[in-house]
Amino acid sequence: MDKQKVNKKSIAQLIGIILLIIVAAYVLFVGFTVNVYDIGKIQNTIKYGLDLTGGVNVVLEATSTDGGAVTSDEISSTISTISQRINSIGVSEPTITKQGDNRIRVSIPSISNQEEALSLIGKTAQLEFLGPDDSVILTGQDIEDSKGVMQTDSSGVQKPVVTLKFNEEGTKLFADATQKYIGQVIKIKLDDQVISSPTVNVAITNGEAVIEGQASLDEAGSLAELIRGGALPVTLEPVEVQTIGPTLGQDSLNDTFHACIIGISAVLIFMLLAYRGFGVLADLALIIYIMILLILMTALNVTLTLPGIAGLILTVGMAVDANVLIFERIKEESRLGKSLLTAIDNGFKRALGTIIDSNATTLIAGFVLFFLGSGSVQGFAVTLILGILVSMFTAVVITKQLVKILVKTGLFNNNAFYGL
Amino acid sequence: MKKNLNIAKNVKIWFGISLVLITISLGSLLIQGLNFGIDFIGGTIISIELHTPFENADARAIVDKFDPSADVTYAGDAQTEAVITTKKSFTTEERQALFSGFQEKYNLANTDLISVDTVNPSIGAEASTNAVKAVLVAVVLMLLYITFRFELISGITAIMALVHDLIVVVGVYSVFQIQVNSPFIAAILTILGYSIMDTVVVFDRIRENRPKFGKYAYGELLDASVTQTMRRSIFTSVATFVAITSLYIFGVPAIQNFALPLMVGVVIGTYSSIFNAGALWYVIKTYQHKKSMKITGTKV
Repeated sequence: MDKQKVNKKSIAQLIGIILLIIVAAYVLFVGFTVNVYDIGKIQNTIKYGLDLTGGVNVVLEATSTDGGAVTSDEISSTISTISQRINSIGVSEPTITKQGDNRIRVSIPSISNQEEALSLIGKTAQLEFLGPDDSVILTGQDIEDSKGVMQTDSSGVQKPVVTLKFNEEGTKLFADATQKYIGQVIKIKLDDQVISSPTVNVAITNGEAVIEGQASLDEAGSLAELIRGGALPVTLEPVEVQTIGPTLGQDSLNDTFHACIIGISAVLIFMLLAYRGFGVLADLALIIYIMILLILMTALNVTLTLPGIAGLILTVGMAVDANVLIFERIKEESRLGKSLLTAIDNGFKRALGTIIDSNATTLIAGFVLFFLGSGSVQGFAVTLILGILVSMFTAVVITKQLVKILVKTGLFNNNAFYGL
Repeated sequence: MKKNLNIAKNVKIWFGISLVLITISLGSLLIQGLNFGIDFIGGTIISIELHTPFENADARAIVDKFDPSADVTYAGDAQTEAVITTKKSFTTEERQALFSGFQEKYNLANTDLISVDTVNPSIGAEASTNAVKAVLVAVVLMLLYITFRFELISGITAIMALVHDLIVVVGVYSVFQIQVNSPFIAAILTILGYSIMDTVVVFDRIRENRPKFGKYAYGELLDASVTQTMRRSIFTSVATFVAITSLYIFGVPAIQNFALPLMVGVVIGTYSSIFNAGALWYVIKTYQHKKSMKITGTKV
């Protein structure tokens, strides 16, 4: 190779870039605090799946009690009922999603009273209004709506009450019953538990009633919610249940984190051994790749699960592949007698087509997984897709700039340094 | 210039090795099948930390009340964990009653219930169907892509190499009776993407080198192309293999389940992209050429 002058501008650029990467890596992985703002520390901001935090994952299958198919409206109402049930026990960030036509997946991370949550979620609300003689007056199917509201009573005092609205059939049944049982107690039973036992004051024939005697608006609200949930003609059966204790989750996270660091370090060392000077650049590009991927995953709120981490490590291999393709091309070009800079230019140009075609096929697999998979498989697919896109970007754009700057510095002009 | 590898001349050896691998895999699949985990056949796995070494008989006494056919095994660093595995999918009540049994006997806190996994058999059957569906859709889309970007024969041989890889990976699971659970599906689909990526690099080089060789010099074209891409194939595979193996060695059991098929897939995918895909392409191309020669020959 020709003697080249040492180019101070390029050296400054190279040092600047390396410093920038170190600072960015420090902020991202260690983080720092400015006044009240915590900046960085990606480990704390990324969203972990419940296999890493511990938690409960249930898939409930809904069946309609009236024999028909479960409608999508009914599923949505059931989802809100479940969501309210979970919120009522004060749990953070449950994810409730519809799966297929008649299934609901509920994931609750970091929950300690797992079994309690499970019984609560899977509970099928069977609502009945019973007369004093325990005869069934009407069931949840006859109720249209129920709300907890503040109402002004005859003496002008605001009181929390629960409103009831019946459908046509319910209106008739309730009118008959209230006429019959004036002055007596009607029991409202949910899943064999009496949740309210109001006394009938007057016959109600217009299909709209209120239950008085609620201690607070909150209490009225939850009673109304139970009644609404009980009005859904749907039974829920848990078809898949997973609970992972918080200790197991935390252990998994720590072990996997260490395994990842070892795995990535091994790849970094391998690239150094295989490509020497270019290996340093490939390693820098790989670190940038990991940082961009983690930032994107945090920004897009992708849940990181155990299979997701395996996918992430796999994409590290793919990111390396792009660099390997490029470096091998540069070597080939250089063997044909081209100068280093020309070899680099041609190498990148020729490798680009290969990188695009080979990654496109993997992208296809990623998208199929995303659209046909469910739950953790989908999370894995997102990691894979993001990984492929980012790795193409870092290899084609970032590695290229780094290689050019390094060569321009003129510091290392022997081909042996580049493993050529 | 380095000497080119003799891929084309030795196709019989490469196909022979693959044939042996496929025969073992299919044979094992036929004879002993796969060891499906609860994700596919339904069932329950409950892990409980007892904080003390325990007698299997004591645990059995509690478990038998719910399912006498359940397995009770030891786990954990000090073997103080009881793992109850059964093909029955327990209801929430049954599970709670079972745990209460252990709680009373060993004086446990609620958090000592390490993990529970229950799957209904109906879900399992669906999981298998969906997996097969996903693989088929992915294969068809990839075939279309390769046919569009390269040519039909490349697409078909790439898919054949891929099917070879999948059979061998599934075969490894059958031969060693490793439990198959839902992460396995994601792993298989990943191998699908990875293995085809490897093969595409070889075909990409064949496409590029084509003008440099005689129109029917398929053998030389293949040898040159595979030789040129071989270092890349091996380097990438070593890097990926090293990374995934670290996950396998240092990771938790849940991730090991996922890492193992990937490790096998990376190795076999590299083998098939170097020795199978291109070689198959060469055999088909040569056959097509000979056939067309014969036809023109009879005409003359």
